[in-house]
Parts: sequence; structure tokens; C-alpha cells
Amino acid sequence: MSIARTNRLTPYLFLAPAGIVLLVALLYPIGYMIYASFLDWNPSQRIGEADWIGLRNYTNLVGDEAFRESFLVTLKFAAVVVGLEMVLGVGLALLLDRKIRGMSALRTIFILPMMIAPIVVGMMWRYMYHPTVGILNRTLGDVGLEPVPWLSSSEWALTSVIIADVWQWTPFIFILALAALQSLPRSALEAARIDGATAWQQIWHIKLPLMMPVLIVTGLLRLIDAFKVLEVILVMTNGGPGLSTEILALRISRTASEFRELGEAAAMSNVLLILLLVLTVLMFAYGKVAEARADRLRASAAEGAV
Amino acid sequence: MENAQRQNPAFYALLAALVVMSAGPILLMIATSLKLNVDIMDDAGSLLFTPTLRNYETVLCNVLWYAPEHVGYCDKTFGRALGNSLVISLTATAITLVIGCMAAYALVRFRFRGRGAVSLTTLMMRMVPPAVLLVPVFGIWTFQFGLDGTHAGIVLVYVAMNLPFVIWILQSFIVQVPIQLEESARIDGAGPMQVFFLIVLPIIKPGLAAAAIFTFRIAWNEFLLANALSNRNTRTVPVTIVNSLTEYDIDWGVIMATGTLLAIPPIIFTFVASRQIITGMTAGAVKG
Repeated sequence: MSIARTNRLTPYLFLAPAGIVLLVALLYPIGYMIYASFLDWNPSQRIGEADWIGLRNYTNLVGDEAFRESFLVTLKFAAVVVGLEMVLGVGLALLLDRKIRGMSALRTIFILPMMIAPIVVGMMWRYMYHPTVGILNRTLGDVGLEPVPWLSSSEWALTSVIIADVWQWTPFIFILALAALQSLPRSALEAARIDGATAWQQIWHIKLPLMMPVLIVTGLLRLIDAFKVLEVILVMTNGGPGLSTEILALRISRTASEFRELGEAAAMSNVLLILLLVLTVLMFAYGKVAEARADRLRASAAEGAV
Repeated sequence: MENAQRQNPAFYALLAALVVMSAGPILLMIATSLKLNVDIMDDAGSLLFTPTLRNYETVLCNVLWYAPEHVGYCDKTFGRALGNSLVISLTATAITLVIGCMAAYALVRFRFRGRGAVSLTTLMMRMVPPAVLLVPVFGIWTFQFGLDGTHAGIVLVYVAMNLPFVIWILQSFIVQVPIQLEESARIDGAGPMQVFFLIVLPIIKPGLAAAAIFTFRIAWNEFLLANALSNRNTRTVPVTIVNSLTEYDIDWGVIMATGTLLAIPPIIFTFVASRQIITGMTAGAVKG
């Protein structure tokens, strides 16, 4: 594919501007952060004045109950959110995979929640969850039910935050699952229908297995994003009540700006980064394996159809 | 199968419910932004109210050509923030697109030493969350680059944050450009830059549109890093919204108007270019 007669330097010339920006503003900061995680450093100091304390920031994290709590909250949030969104999104895609007039208008409306600012999403939900003026408690009151302490009780807060995320991101899974569904080989579905497979059998034995590679990659992508969520929760609860919704990203930002412990915040950032790195590697590795498997499946399904 | 099947009514009820659930909160925000605080507090008439633009006048008081009479003291925060947000997001988007495009082209069309490593690094950097960049970017921008509180500082982070994704998604569009077109241009004597700008760029316009929307959206919506790197004069709209949400007495009408103003550009993009957005989303995920 390469074009003959190019100067050996040309590719580097094309890459240079992006490369320099990524080096200066992304790779360098990450290296800087790894270094900072070994320091006792507060925001009024230059980094050179901070004391080297070795692994103490990390060992402190292990003993830090608040950090452990926030780590657990993050895992719980990410797992529940991705689980719910996958089930709902894929389910809806299977239900709505028909020729409907106005499908593209529908998809447009579904993307809206993902496009607007997380800050605004948080604000909208905080308003809806408002104990007195919020539409949710008003509606509950209208039908004679007790108001729910959506954001003000530590039992409910995480659930409320999860609902908002499910509202915002289920459409993402839905759209990707629908695209996967519509690119399935017709011959395989056709063959199954001729063999008299019921709708359920088609879903379980043909559609879902063929969609699996895309679904797994989508799920992992969503999981990575769920670990990055910050602003929606910041606006709705700011991590509270207590630590009930204090996800890791929020903990990092508070440790840096409120507690002014930059070294410790850097150590936490590293933990989060390693977690995400593992997930990313997993996603690529699985994507490759599953693609090969689906190709085989597709080939044999096509053969069966002949 | 080719004709639309007749669906049962429950199916349409489900569709209607989904539309209401998806758009409801957004419509509620817009409706609230058009209400007076009296109407917001009064729970009986939550759907029956006379729409008013007062909240918008309060928010935009210093950019309006007239002085709204109900605004006693004009708070200039928002007008300034709107200007900052526009300058920062547009600049970041333009820079990201130009240099991201060039990098993507090099990765697709040239074979060179280190290509695999560059490609992999780019992919990996997609997963770095803004929260992780908070500490180092604050330290470096403040103490080494002297960029804290400047537009340039925020633009630089946004360009870096968006580049990996933009490079990734543009690669999948550039691969589809027929190589023969480029080769015949080269035979006619065009240099690599000319081929890139005159042949490749026009063909990958849909990809550019998708990448532009994604970049603009992230820059326009971002809060955390903007908050850490801006000062009173360079604050962006999301920062002002969060600031007013932490006030003890929240003026819901005004804040909903601010939120609506912030949401308008992304909403317009969604309606104008939903196909490009969906293409971008699928290209970004499926080929991951």
C-alpha cells in the first residue's frame, strides 16, 4: 500500500505535530505523575522541593479506609452500570431490529443524552431528584406514595447515580448492538428461519453468538468509560452522603484540591490508570480472539446455508 | 420483509415510552428554564405556565443589546465564560483535526520504523481519564510551562486528550480512500502534502465531520481540567455552572437557562449530523 518515491522523512513530518503534542501534554504528564506518586508534595511547592518518600503513598493507600471504600464504590458503580446497560441496550436492539419508519429520528433522540455535557446531565438529575421541587417526588406524592430520599440518604444515593448513568449511556450500547445486529450475515438468519428455528432460538443460537465479539468490546469500552465518570456524580452528590458515591476519580480530585496531597492523589491516579490499562489490553486481546472465532462461525453458517 | 411490517400496538407504546424517557429530562430542563421561580416552586401548575425569557436575560445580561429591567445587578460571569468556551473549544477542535489528520494519514499510508509502536501508543492513550491528568497537568502547567490561567493552556490539554481518538477514527476513513487516486496524483507530480490536502482531505469529509463533533463536544463539555487550569477571566461555562450549583440558594430557573445554553450546540449537532455521529461511534468502538 505504501506509495513509492517518498522521502524517508515524509512520514515523520506528518507525524511530528501530533507526536510533539502527545509527548508534551500526555506522555510527559503521565511520567510526571508516576514520579510524583513517590513524593510528599503539596500544591504550594515546586515539585523539586518535595520530599522523596518512596512507596509510602502507596502503602498509605492500602491502610486508608476511605480509599478502600471509594475503590469498592467505583467497582460497584462500574459493574452495575455496565451490566444494566448491556442487558437493556442489547435487549432493546433485539426488540427494535425491524423495519420501522422513523428509526433514524429515534436514534437521533437516543443520542441526545450522550451529547450534552455531563455537568448538565448531573444538574438535570439533581433537579429531578430534588426533595421538594423535583418531578420524581412530586409524582410519588401525587399518587399518594412516600417521598424517596434520592440523593440525601446513603442507601439511595448510589442507586440514584446509577439510574442517571443508565439513562445517559444505555443508548450507546443500543446503537452499537443494533449496528452489529444489522450487519449479521443474512444467509445464516435465513437458513435458521427455513429450518424452523423459533425467535428465541434464533436469538440464543445465532444472533447473540455472532454479535458476541462486538458486544464484548462494546462492554469493555463502556466499562473503561464507567471508571472515568466524574462530573455527573460531582454535580449530583459530590461523593456524599458520607462516602456512599465517592468514586475513585472524585477521590483523586478531592485529595488533590481539598486535602492538598498531590503525591497521594498521584498514587491513586496510578492505581486507576493500571486498572484501565488492564481493561484496555483485555479488550484488544479479546477483540482479536473473538473476531477470529466469529469469522469461523460465520463461514460455517454460510456453508450450512448453501 | 422489504415493506414495513405491521407491528402490534404494544410495540409502538414501547417506542413512545423510550422517546419520552430519553428526551423527557432534557425537555424538563428547557421547560424549567422558561419558568419564573414562583412557577418552579408552585407544584400545582407544573405543566401550565407562561413561558418567559427572563432567566435567559439574567444569564446573558452583559451580551444583550438592551438592559433587561428585571435584572438589578448584572453578573457578567456567564457572558465572559461563553466567550471563553467558544474560543477554547473552536481552537482545540481546529488544531486537533489538522494535526490528527496528518498523523492518521502517515500511520495508514506510510511504512516506516516505529509505526507499530506509535499506533499502539495512540490506542492506549485513549483510555487516560481526565482525573488522572489533573495532578500532573496542574503541576506542569503552573510551574514549568507558565500556562495556568491561559486559554492556550486549556487548549493544549484538550488537543492532547482528543488526539488519540481522532487519529484512531480518521485512520478507518483514510484506509477507504482509493489508493489509485493518490498514485495518479503523484504521477502527475503532486507532492505528499498536495496529495494529502487536495485529494485525501476532501474525500474523508464525513470522517472529519464526525471527528470534529466529538472533539468539539469534549472540549465544550469538559469541567475538571478547565476548573484546575482557569482563573476568574478564563473560566468556561461548565465551571461557572458547577460554581453556581455549590451556592447555598440555587436559582433553578437561571441555572437551567445556563444549562440549556450549554446544551444547545451539542443538540444542534446531533440533529444536523446524527448519521456522522453514529458512524463515528461505531467506527470508534467496533474496530477497537
